[in-house]
Amino acid sequence: MRPSAVRLLNILVPVKRAVDYAVKIRVNPQQTGIDLNVKHSMNPFDEIAVEEAVRLRERMKDAVKSIKVVTIGPAKSAETLRTALAMGADGGIHVEIPESAPAPEPLGVAKTLRAIVEREKEKANVDIVILGKQAIDDDMGQTGQMLAGLLNWPQATYASKVVIDEANRVAHVTREIDGGAEEVKCKLPVIITTDLRLNEPRYASLPNIMKAKKKPIEKLSPSDLGVDLTPILETLKVTEPPKRVGGGKVENVDELITKLKEAGIEAVKS
Amino acid sequence: MLRVASLNFRTSLLRTYATAASPHALVFLEHRGGSLDSGSLSAVTAASQLGGQVTGLIVGNESEVPAAIEAAKKVKGLNAIVHCTSPQYTASLPETVSPLFEKILSGSTQYSHVVSAHSSSARSILPRVAARLDVPAVSDITSLEHDASASTTTFTRPIYAGNAIATVRSPSSVPIKFFTIRSTAFSAALCEEGTSVEATSIDPTEVADPPSEHVKTSLTKSDRPELGVATRVVSGGRALKNAETFESTLYPLADLLGAAVGASRAAVDAGYADNSLQVGQTGKIVAPELYMALGISGAIQHLAGMKDSKLIVAVNKDPDAPIFQVADVGLVGDLYQVVPEMIEKLKQ
Repeated sequence: MRPSAVRLLNILVPVKRAVDYAVKIRVNPQQTGIDLNVKHSMNPFDEIAVEEAVRLRERMKDAVKSIKVVTIGPAKSAETLRTALAMGADGGIHVEIPESAPAPEPLGVAKTLRAIVEREKEKANVDIVILGKQAIDDDMGQTGQMLAGLLNWPQATYASKVVIDEANRVAHVTREIDGGAEEVKCKLPVIITTDLRLNEPRYASLPNIMKAKKKPIEKLSPSDLGVDLTPILETLKVTEPPKRVGGGKVENVDELITKLKEAGIEAVKS
Repeated sequence: MLRVASLNFRTSLLRTYATAASPHALVFLEHRGGSLDSGSLSAVTAASQLGGQVTGLIVGNESEVPAAIEAAKKVKGLNAIVHCTSPQYTASLPETVSPLFEKILSGSTQYSHVVSAHSSSARSILPRVAARLDVPAVSDITSLEHDASASTTTFTRPIYAGNAIATVRSPSSVPIKFFTIRSTAFSAALCEEGTSVEATSIDPTEVADPPSEHVKTSLTKSDRPELGVATRVVSGGRALKNAETFESTLYPLADLLGAAVGASRAAVDAGYADNSLQVGQTGKIVAPELYMALGISGAIQHLAGMKDSKLIVAVNKDPDAPIFQVADVGLVGDLYQVVPEMIEKLKQ
């Protein structure tokens, strides 16, 4: 009996354009949000997701057929797609929303991604979706799990190691959990979300940045996909957190110990 | 005439709806080996603040659930307990546990809220369930307020690594409001003898041929208090040089103070400490009585994880390190001299 040919894997990586992690953000005076006229870049966890997709292809050679990146956001989000393409993705999908539109919620994003996975099916089934574990702007950490729920696919969140066994169509994923690590085995298709320790993302080289400019980006609107990205939760206001007043410095260890003792902190054993 | 009648009909409908909307929270009680996680006790406190019924849900295998029920019966603030036992729930994988949640919550459900700690297991499971029920979820909230007459719940939650606080309202159009709570923002519900509540068993929802399988769990063993709930934390950064120095410098001080050990991302990435010790936006969020930052510069991602601590003590060689802006007590100095001296003097 001839073994059936292994189907080649298609990977989808959703990425988000977010305020750069190093920017010290400021709440706007109207308390409606934060000042967004600052440097933006790809959400760090999404960089790790793109990197993992590219590494999977490097490790598994021809078993990975395509790596597609997708973003939902205003026109400027196209830059984020280009960055991902320069890192090694093959093509992009940009679901464009107006600059003035409120930021979509994880549920809306997950529904959009489901629509894209279903749309891609006409060309080739998506086998693996790799997302960041959370975006550093809204800190929600829900989209991957929601997408897995909507598609009814298995999920491996907070991944620190991913090994794909393409012959048996399973993913072996080590996950970071409270207090340690856990290993799970998921059947493909699977949703994976990345934790920090999964890998160290590469910098795009200049030739690759040039090449990325020629890679295709497909533009879609939420209505093309039949999804509504209007937030359900109402943001009433955004405020500054209470300021902490630093108590100043002490000169030596004796003064430090005195301060500790004043606060009622002493050794529990001698 | 007809118009008036239909109007009346509508108001009466609305009224029933409003009175029926008394909150009833389902709290996901997580446990390990039969003892309840302290984060879940904080979730009970948060659920009580909604001002209605609070039911605890315990899911697990046969060897753990009975002990967890016994523990939950003593928790103040719980009005009822439902539990479900199946060998399939041993590893509480989202793929096998979500169908149970769906069964409990779908149809004419009595629950208006689903609450849990923002733990790694709950935040893997609950968003999956929420999406399947087509409702949004709110993560890592620090305060809440429920308006029973309007059926809305307002939450505050930190965004941008805690550099801004968003106030969001889940409208009445969301029939079941899912949220996870930041454990450090709510005190743990008290436990006392003799406040036994009724525990009801429900049938498991067996998943035939589950798409995922638990292989193994490896927990980091430690005799020290657990980082997330410790009242004192001694934390080290990149300045600790290597894993051996990290241990030999920090552990004696932590043990002397009865403190948990934490680490900055730099220390974890450099391999000095296990990543379960990481404090920050992407690690643990702590708010102990005492947080001692040794050789930690104080990047915003780290501050996000500890700036709600009561007393912050920082030791750093660099007088301009940002950590000094939040520290209550700062000492500019070499931690290799300061720490041994501190140990010496604390012992006196």
